[in-house]
Amino acid sequence: MSIQTPPATITVALIGNPNTGKSTLFTALAGVRQRVGNYPGVTVEKKTGQMLDGPRRYLLVDLPGTYSLAPRSPDEMVAVDVLLGRQAHETRPDAVLCIVDASNVERNLYLVSQVLELGLPTVVALNMTDVASERGIEIDAAKLQERLGVPVVPVQANRRRGLGELKAALAAAVERDFSPPESPFPQPFQEEVARLESELGAEPVSGEAGNAPLPRYLVERLLLDTSGYLEQTVLANGSTDLRSKLAAARQRLIAAGCPVPAVEAMARYGWVARMLDGVVRRPAERGVTFTDRIDRVLTHKVVGTLVFALVMLAVFSSLFFVAATPMGWIETAQGWLAGLVEANMADGALRSLIVDGIIAGVGGVVIFLPQIMFLFFFIAILEDCGYMARAAYLMDKLMLRVGLSGKSFIPLLSSFACAIPGVMAARVIENRRDRLTTILVAPLMSCSARLPVYAIMIAAFIPPVSYLGGWLTLQGLTMFAMYSIGIVAAAGVALALKKTILRGPTPPFVLELPAYKWPSPSLVLYRMVDRGWAFLRRAGTLILAVSIVVWALLYYPQDPAATAPFMAERDRLEAQLATLPAEDVGRAAIEVQLVEVAREEQGAHQRQSWLGRMGHWVEPVVRPLGWDWRIGCAAIASFPAREVVVGTLGVIYNLGDDIDIEEAEGESRMAGALQRATWDGTDRPVYNIPVALSIMVFFALCAQCAATLAVIKRETNSWRWPLFTFVYMTGLAYVAALVTYQVGIRLIA
Amino acid sequence: MSVLSELPRGGSARVKRVAGLDEVSVRLMEMGLTPGVEVRCLGAAPLGDPLEYEVRGYRLSLRRQEAALVEVESL
Repeated sequence: MSIQTPPATITVALIGNPNTGKSTLFTALAGVRQRVGNYPGVTVEKKTGQMLDGPRRYLLVDLPGTYSLAPRSPDEMVAVDVLLGRQAHETRPDAVLCIVDASNVERNLYLVSQVLELGLPTVVALNMTDVASERGIEIDAAKLQERLGVPVVPVQANRRRGLGELKAALAAAVERDFSPPESPFPQPFQEEVARLESELGAEPVSGEAGNAPLPRYLVERLLLDTSGYLEQTVLANGSTDLRSKLAAARQRLIAAGCPVPAVEAMARYGWVARMLDGVVRRPAERGVTFTDRIDRVLTHKVVGTLVFALVMLAVFSSLFFVAATPMGWIETAQGWLAGLVEANMADGALRSLIVDGIIAGVGGVVIFLPQIMFLFFFIAILEDCGYMARAAYLMDKLMLRVGLSGKSFIPLLSSFACAIPGVMAARVIENRRDRLTTILVAPLMSCSARLPVYAIMIAAFIPPVSYLGGWLTLQGLTMFAMYSIGIVAAAGVALALKKTILRGPTPPFVLELPAYKWPSPSLVLYRMVDRGWAFLRRAGTLILAVSIVVWALLYYPQDPAATAPFMAERDRLEAQLATLPAEDVGRAAIEVQLVEVAREEQGAHQRQSWLGRMGHWVEPVVRPLGWDWRIGCAAIASFPAREVVVGTLGVIYNLGDDIDIEEAEGESRMAGALQRATWDGTDRPVYNIPVALSIMVFFALCAQCAATLAVIKRETNSWRWPLFTFVYMTGLAYVAALVTYQVGIRLIA
Repeated sequence: MSVLSELPRGGSARVKRVAGLDEVSVRLMEMGLTPGVEVRCLGAAPLGDPLEYEVRGYRLSLRRQEAALVEVESL
């Protein structure tokens, strides 16, 4: 008799269909001790959590929700590789915890039948038993356990019921030897698998240590996978010899009445029927369920569409208007902190770095948190209650016109408030090509950061003409046109991407419409905090780094000769001020002059800074757009975030960087400065309507938002896509602005 | 009647087979549309597509084009 010491940490993989409460169970078991990362080379999120149970320590690995373990892409391969111990740098799990929705047990057992073939000790958690009994579905868990040959534990993950029993079952399962149940496949298929297995003996296999044979499950999959994906990936050199052997085997299976790929679904659903025979009792007459009643309204042609529009309006306005309040607090806090540092530190490079580089940079990161958290609050609720799938169902036909599916609707809608939560929300799209297309076009939606740019240009240059008795204004139409440009461009780019670099067969829509249920508050809260934290940790550092680089470009070089005249002027004014008594009426005028000198100095410094010089360098490039070097400089400076362009123009035109165009006074000062601006050395005005339009069009389409690019990097797990986004958007913006200006200027003439 | 997409709202049918060998067909079978199983049409989205079905006790939404791959016989 040998005594086995249990491993120090027991690794358990958690797997299950979507909408089974898998995340709820994971959160209930692991609590807040969770870690999120990425598997290398794919966009699949790697979520692990720790679970303690007396002396035992568990590492829970949450695998992506799936209906089937039939990999047809690298993303789908991850779960199979993890479960078979083929994933690089990961140890094979000691056990599998398979969660099953009791109200939908038939389809859920399909995945269980695949999991059991992997040969790992398995425990089945039978979740949502309460929902099942409400519908009159009774499952004899003891009998099911006997049939399956693995522990079946009824749980209610949302109420934390049955977790103790589940942990006990896991502890017992890892200590017992596991023998996989009989194969659900018919005899002829099993014979072909055995034959292929022996033929493969000599084939080199990628991903296996040494010359270990291909696991039996993958041999089966090789035979079943008609897409050719496995042939290419699993076998290091998919020889033509093997291909002909596979073809021959499939021919023999057709003759034997077990055609591939149908044989799998038929065999597994046949097995499921045998497992459930006499185990499940359903009501003879299917009653009208809670979900039926709700869906009668929510998928109704008129009412359903109306409710959908209202829900989307609520989500959108929370991002656009409600999030503005906490965003205001963040700005106030940032200003207060900057003021504190300025009051307590001597002027110099370090103070400037802290105030304009670090505090502004951190503020520029934190400012996105309210929108991210509001969006994920809503998404978590919509997902958990079951409405998310209905939203995709309602919007699918519309989105199909641009080559996407209904699942892209919410990410793109959110992007009108801010592309960052929009890009992050694209995670719900399983198909890689659809997800990438959505991510790449999301930044074209006119986000709230473009508004200040539009607002100032429209206020300064678009005449306040109105039509139809004041119902329609030219200014309003211009604003509408800017939003439309983004939508049209996004539709065009999406179509172009789906026809070129992201070309491929239309992914299946095939979407489960889950039963409605109350969302779990702890899960909603967790999702919201988790997304916010993920953004801060992964994208935050990158955004901060960009802010510091742009600060340095604006701060250096320090040229004493350029600032000397202003110093002299300031000294003169301060000396003059010192001679006047405290109550003298002349003091106010001098103080105004001092502010004026400070602004002029700031402007003069910026014009000779590296960034100012870059403005001069790019002038030949931006001249065809109707821009002078100042606008070019402001466009470069706005790389961290579009709205920075207003502050930069403020400094360039000696208005100070704290000009607030949301207030009428600030807006009219800014508008006045733009209207008065002239080309260097002439009295020809820089700005006219075509120039203003060309600036607006440029900012509508450009990728001047480091935060979005950082989030794209994080979501796609590669530098290629943010780079691609920057290049294509800047190119698109340039061409569109060029056309706008060149056409506009000819129309004026 | 021959394919699932032609099933009227509220109508039921039995699956005969799923045509095709590609990803869509495999997905349809994995989701439980196997020969012999009963399917009921619950309706369509407001824009006319996709369609909604009940199969094996749950609700499944398919595009018209996908439902056309499922050959059925009326009950």
